[in-house]
Amino acid sequence: MESTLDIFVKAIFSENMIFAYFLGMCSYLAVSKTVKTAVGLGAAVIFVLTVTVPVNYLLENYVLKEGALGWIDEQYAELDLGFLSFIMFIAVVASIVQLVEMLVEKFAPALYGALGIFLPLIAVNCSILGGALFMAERQYSTILDATAFSIGSGIGWFIAIVAIAAIREKLRYSNVPGPLRGLGITFIVTGLMGIAFMSFMGIKYGKEAPTEEGEPITTMLDTNQENNIN
Amino acid sequence: MSADNNTSEPLFSKKNKMLITDPLTDNNPVTIQVLGICSALAITVQVSQAIVMSLSVLFVIIMGNLIVSLLRNLIPSRIRIIVQLLVVASLVIIVDQVLAAFLPDLSAKLSVFVGLIITNCIIMGRLEAFAMANKPWPSILDGLGNGLGYGAILILVAVFRELFGSGTLMGIPIFGNSLPGEESGLYTIGYQNNNLMILPPMALIITGVIIWVQRARNKALIEEH
Repeated sequence: MESTLDIFVKAIFSENMIFAYFLGMCSYLAVSKTVKTAVGLGAAVIFVLTVTVPVNYLLENYVLKEGALGWIDEQYAELDLGFLSFIMFIAVVASIVQLVEMLVEKFAPALYGALGIFLPLIAVNCSILGGALFMAERQYSTILDATAFSIGSGIGWFIAIVAIAAIREKLRYSNVPGPLRGLGITFIVTGLMGIAFMSFMGIKYGKEAPTEEGEPITTMLDTNQENNIN
Repeated sequence: MSADNNTSEPLFSKKNKMLITDPLTDNNPVTIQVLGICSALAITVQVSQAIVMSLSVLFVIIMGNLIVSLLRNLIPSRIRIIVQLLVVASLVIIVDQVLAAFLPDLSAKLSVFVGLIITNCIIMGRLEAFAMANKPWPSILDGLGNGLGYGAILILVAVFRELFGSGTLMGIPIFGNSLPGEESGLYTIGYQNNNLMILPPMALIITGVIIWVQRARNKALIEEH
């Protein structure tokens, strides 16, 4: 079993949403021209991921999963509503984004001023739905683990977009070859950053020693790579 | 519906042909409009995965464009995003179930990325920008063109990554046998697979290079910064 801290740190670095899975690339490329807007969008992503993943976790484990409905009545224990998960997750994400937008507007106008325009964009940000789908696929054992994963992924996404925005601000002063300007160089820089982030792979973060599973560091690295490839 | 179109213009008029050919070259959804990269790059390690993904997206975008185009006068504009999301999500569920039933191995490899077709910006973008304002037949063609443009980039990246990363195409060895001890073909003279190609960052760099080549050939596409 991975510790909660392990899941958290892994989600930030070695399994970074952008560099390992390319999730949320559209808004990552579109909104990374200045650091200020990047910070706004990054913060909104952390916020929405932290709220939606635990809700989707409860939905997955108490409604959708095979046998999850057993808590209502014995006769429902064999139902498997897993095929509905896509439509349920996206509905939950879209409605929570709406709700959050209204609540923030009412109770924290200053925050709304900062996040406002980004919140509606986020409903169709792949990293939010991706967070929910990864949560369902990896079957975290407790809601705490799922929350740690969601906050970690959000922070990882935040770091990635702020870093690329800072680099793009500096790039404006460099003499990039014409055809590579803008989009092309952003792709290549993101690739290089991804290579740098891969150095976090295979590090065992948590306190619990891996001896119980008898898993040496090298196999950790292998499985990590396989995960990323697939 | 096609009869309705026939009266006004031929089925494959010049304008309609443009709808298909434009996204393949100068208005490519991935390299020019920067849409749909989210789910695109992660599944380009093998050509077979890329082909299955392209076909899935092609199906979803054509059907989604058709359905939204048919419903376009019934959808209230305030809730149009959620209606579009539900149409797309239902189509993706169909794709996912079909893949899980007939190609279980590939379906497991694609993992969450089939589900992420829902939030693929190309599909939402085409629904919002084209299908909401056009008749069904042009919408189908538009979906076809954009789906093919997306698939072309996906398969191109996958060919590079699989050929140089694993020395195979569609799982068939191209450079000979690379297993240690029983090398054949190029591997006997010391050729090595480039393992960097299999890692995620290389997908980004290859796409960057494709953009570079495309813009070098067509100077009109060069950005200011």
